Amino acid sequence: MIRALMIPRRLVMLGIVLVIVALIAVYGRWDWLGEPKYQALIVRGIGNTLILLVLTMVIGMALAIPLGLAQAVGPWWLAYPARGFCGLIRGTPLLLQLFLLYYGIGSLFPGIPGIRDSWAWPILRDAWYYAILGLSLSVAGYEGEVMRGAFKAVPHGQLEAARAMGMPRFTIFRRIWLPQALHRVLPTLGGETVLQLKATPLVAMITVVDIYAVASRVRSETLITYEPLMLLAVVYMAITGVIVLIFRWFEGRVPQRTA
Amino acid sequence: MAGALLASTLDLLALNPPGWGATLLWGLWHSVLIAGGAFVLGLGIGILGAYGKLYGGPVTKDLLAIYTTVVRAVPELILILILYFAVTDVVNQLLVALGREKVQISGVAAGIAVLGVVQGAYATEVLRGAILAVPAGQVEAARAMGMSPLMLARRVTLPLMLALALPGLANLWLVATKDTALLAVVGFAELTQATRQAASTTKAFFTFYAAAGVLYLAVSILSSVLFAWAERRARRGQRSVSG
Repeated sequence: MIRALMIPRRLVMLGIVLVIVALIAVYGRWDWLGEPKYQALIVRGIGNTLILLVLTMVIGMALAIPLGLAQAVGPWWLAYPARGFCGLIRGTPLLLQLFLLYYGIGSLFPGIPGIRDSWAWPILRDAWYYAILGLSLSVAGYEGEVMRGAFKAVPHGQLEAARAMGMPRFTIFRRIWLPQALHRVLPTLGGETVLQLKATPLVAMITVVDIYAVASRVRSETLITYEPLMLLAVVYMAITGVIVLIFRWFEGRVPQRTA
Repeated sequence: MAGALLASTLDLLALNPPGWGATLLWGLWHSVLIAGGAFVLGLGIGILGAYGKLYGGPVTKDLLAIYTTVVRAVPELILILILYFAVTDVVNQLLVALGREKVQISGVAAGIAVLGVVQGAYATEVLRGAILAVPAGQVEAARAMGMSPLMLARRVTLPLMLALALPGLANLWLVATKDTALLAVVGFAELTQATRQAASTTKAFFTFYAAAGVLYLAVSILSSVLFAWAERRARRGQRSVSG
């Protein structure tokens, strides 16, 4: 990495980049970064973005595994709905899905009598839970398709060998099928996690306070156009870098072929 | 109850003015127009970018690597905002410097430019992979025949890579149609924005968002069918993998 930079033309490019960064740092308006109010908001925003990313990836994958399995080997009455769900999620924009959940379905709830006094009302009113739901369903839809291919790609001999050893069906799934399928999708999953990170700012459109919403607020309160957006770009690129590193570490830990 | 609900829904979605059907369809037309323009622009950038990455000089390669990496690491929503403000700013400052008046850039043109730059980064990667997968013998044979690089690209590389690139390009097209929804954030009158207007005016949120979902879904199903047909056509004469 460092050695790759030590070529004259790359050093020149690096120099140009540093000069541009320095110019932006000196001539841009960054005074808002010093205000404690915005500092607290930025920390909270980044925290919310990370929580959203991790939580929805976990929930989404937990949904995607049965979805993929149903499409790969399920009977038609499971496979068709699963395929329909994946097509629906993948065929419509996530922004629209979030609007439909929060404003569409959310606007139907107040019509139910007595719901305002029930325990569920604070949850049904809170955009945060709609954001979690929407992003998780989106992961489930995209990853369900990925898992379908992964389940199908596990060599048949592996499953036959497990069956010949007398393993019960669920043990075969837990010990042989799922681990090999997950191993196969690991590189894809890294890319999909980056895509999911890039989908999270959409939740700001349904009033969730993530780092994008914080930057928008800074922009509207201070009337600065570019600087908050640049900060956003840097934040997202940094998180992307961390995701790539984590998945590279994961891939390194999974044993390659042993036979 | 159900009948009355259906009737009121149909009233809301009617094409004539009390209904909002025409507004939605107009928004859909804009969405498809922007997505189509952005896809074509992205394809152009992608072809140039792929050739630059494969055959360009070291500086070109590095610059293209920065372009594709940055665009693919930053959320589209933020790229759209940065590019939208930057493009309008630059154009207006140029006009002022030339002594002309400032203009309001048309939403469709700005949308195409912004999404095209985003699409170009992804298309570069898709096409680079596809060009690499063209058998080297074909390219060498064409060079041995004395074809110029341009003719080589037009007659051999591009047609042969098309079949390999089409699945990736189909994905990109679907991404383009869905990314147009993000332009609602900067207030373009595309389908999602039109839907938002209709929904907040009539308070029939669920009806309109569901209707827009159906429209997007129709576009994506129709394009899947078209791309499957195009891929079959591009692959004609090739042996199938299973056979």
